[in-house]
Amino acid sequence: MTRNILLATLLAASVFQANAATALNASGATFPAPLYLRWAADFHKANADTTVNYQGVGSGAGVKQFSDGITDFGASDVAMSDAEITKVSGNVLMLPATAGTIVLAYNIPGVQAGLKLSRDAYIGILLGTIKSWNDPIIAKDNSGITLPNLPVTVVARSDGSGTTAVFTAHLDAVSADFASKVGSGKSVTWPVGVAGKGNDGVTALIKQTPGAIGYVEFGYAENNKLTMAALQNKAGNFISPSIESGAATLASVNLPENLRAFITDPEGANDYPIATFTWLLVKKTYTDAAKAAAVKAFVNYGLTTGQAVAPELGYITLPANVVAKVQAALATVK
Amino acid sequence: MGGNISTTGPSRPVTQEYRPRPDFFRIACLLASILTITLLAFIVGEILFKAWPAISKFGLGFITGIQWSPNREVFGVLPVLIGTAASSFLALLLALPLGLAIALFLSEDFLPPAIRQVIRFVVELLAAIPSVVYGLWGIFVVIPLVQKYGAVIAAKFGFIPFLAGPAYGNSLLTASLVLALMVLPTITAISRSSLVAVPYALREGSYALGATRWETILSVIIPTAAPGIVASGILAFGRAMGETMAVAMLIGNSQRLSWSLLSPSNTLSALLANQFAEADGIQVSALMYAAALLVMLTLGVNIAGEAVLRRTQKATAGLR
Repeated sequence: MTRNILLATLLAASVFQANAATALNASGATFPAPLYLRWAADFHKANADTTVNYQGVGSGAGVKQFSDGITDFGASDVAMSDAEITKVSGNVLMLPATAGTIVLAYNIPGVQAGLKLSRDAYIGILLGTIKSWNDPIIAKDNSGITLPNLPVTVVARSDGSGTTAVFTAHLDAVSADFASKVGSGKSVTWPVGVAGKGNDGVTALIKQTPGAIGYVEFGYAENNKLTMAALQNKAGNFISPSIESGAATLASVNLPENLRAFITDPEGANDYPIATFTWLLVKKTYTDAAKAAAVKAFVNYGLTTGQAVAPELGYITLPANVVAKVQAALATVK
Repeated sequence: MGGNISTTGPSRPVTQEYRPRPDFFRIACLLASILTITLLAFIVGEILFKAWPAISKFGLGFITGIQWSPNREVFGVLPVLIGTAASSFLALLLALPLGLAIALFLSEDFLPPAIRQVIRFVVELLAAIPSVVYGLWGIFVVIPLVQKYGAVIAAKFGFIPFLAGPAYGNSLLTASLVLALMVLPTITAISRSSLVAVPYALREGSYALGATRWETILSVIIPTAAPGIVASGILAFGRAMGETMAVAMLIGNSQRLSWSLLSPSNTLSALLANQFAEADGIQVSALMYAAALLVMLTLGVNIAGEAVLRRTQKATAGLR
């Protein structure tokens, strides 16, 4: 009996020991989740006493759980609004951690990657004014490609998502027509087409429907070998989605002091038009000093070593000047 | 209860004098039933409470509104209500004749009882397949079929508003076809038991008057079992309305009004499943309002079904 008690005490002590190491809870956007999970795993290998538990629950839920104090840090594809910042009494820093692009992927039998879509073309498709793939507005920029007389099926997201918010923010900025008919936001009403749940739902619909076109994250589209369209940017050039064209977009963004930058229509000649930062939400002041140190160490790891693995997973490495700004902000965390 | 048990039987040694005790079994049952009812009341209450901001802000305009744009805080569920009713009704239209035919086949003596038992078991097994599996089956089997023939139908019969193009694979028709299969066991099981309950004397009387088997089935057995069959339809309708996963995977999730069965549509349950996770502010309330409508519709339909079923049992009780 006494031996059992002794054993139990030892066991409890060892559990306590494990708890003494820092465990960070985080949740938020699903879009950067694969990258954050990779960072968490690699970081734990290098720092055995710190465990980061990240759950991809969605940007909205991530902001909510962070505001309610359930998580130690959060993540969101859409920067927190002023109202949301007031809710946490301003005790938040929004740190861009990585970036990604959103692509238009299509399934047109007989047409390989590289279809060029002008602004008139993709806005027309999404508003439902272009109904068939052989429409002259599309054909005009694709002289080498024989486009079939196939109805266009637009595939959108049925659930609220940061992807939709970023995508519609771009469309809203470039087309007054789109702005008045649809507008921007995490969940909008599309004038045509069908909708699927999540990046995977949209991907499945695109793969299954001949004539489909839909928007997904670049990394997701690449993993699933979807054919992606080259989109016309503000300078008038057709740019294929890639890590390089995404990096060009980020390089031309001037990040403001509060690190909240919305890229709606980048101006550089080689910029891919639809890109976004995705943010980590950390507190300015933590009550637990050990947690503050762990959060700082983890985010700093992500900004340095972590950036190198980003392209492997389809994300864009942050430009050096952005990393420097974010690190400066991170240093103020207490 | 238990007051009459003799404790002084000769074979049983008397170890303790009988004392009346509170009936714990009865109390446990009573508590369980009260708990169930309280839970239902609590759920409905909670939904209405959370929905209140939307109910007071949008009122009945929520039900008649045709636009659902969370980004502009415009919430109207009419297209979704129509989608819910249309998909369930269409499923019922397809499943009722088929289910009734199976029920008849299984209640008459066309086949040896052992084989009938096997068929009945297989049909009822359909109810045990998880919803998401029906959804996957719909994606891989029904959608390609609807894609293939939908375009042909739309091209030939597109002048009829219900069949107008463009034809989509994920459409009201696809969802209804799969829903029909999902509610088939409900219809078959309840119709069969009400057909079996038709007293044998009625059949014999009909045959004695010179009626053939079909005449007996059509003019004696089905009319006698009719209320039970109607109840099976109503309960199946209720099940179809609440079905979520398979519908969300197949219906196309579009909140636009359309006459065509080949267009994407949406149902209340699919809308809730899709939009709850990322909703905030007034959108949560609006979704709760939609949830309240769904609960009321399914509760209403189920109560109607139960009521019809009860009445049948009373009406045919005298014949047995």
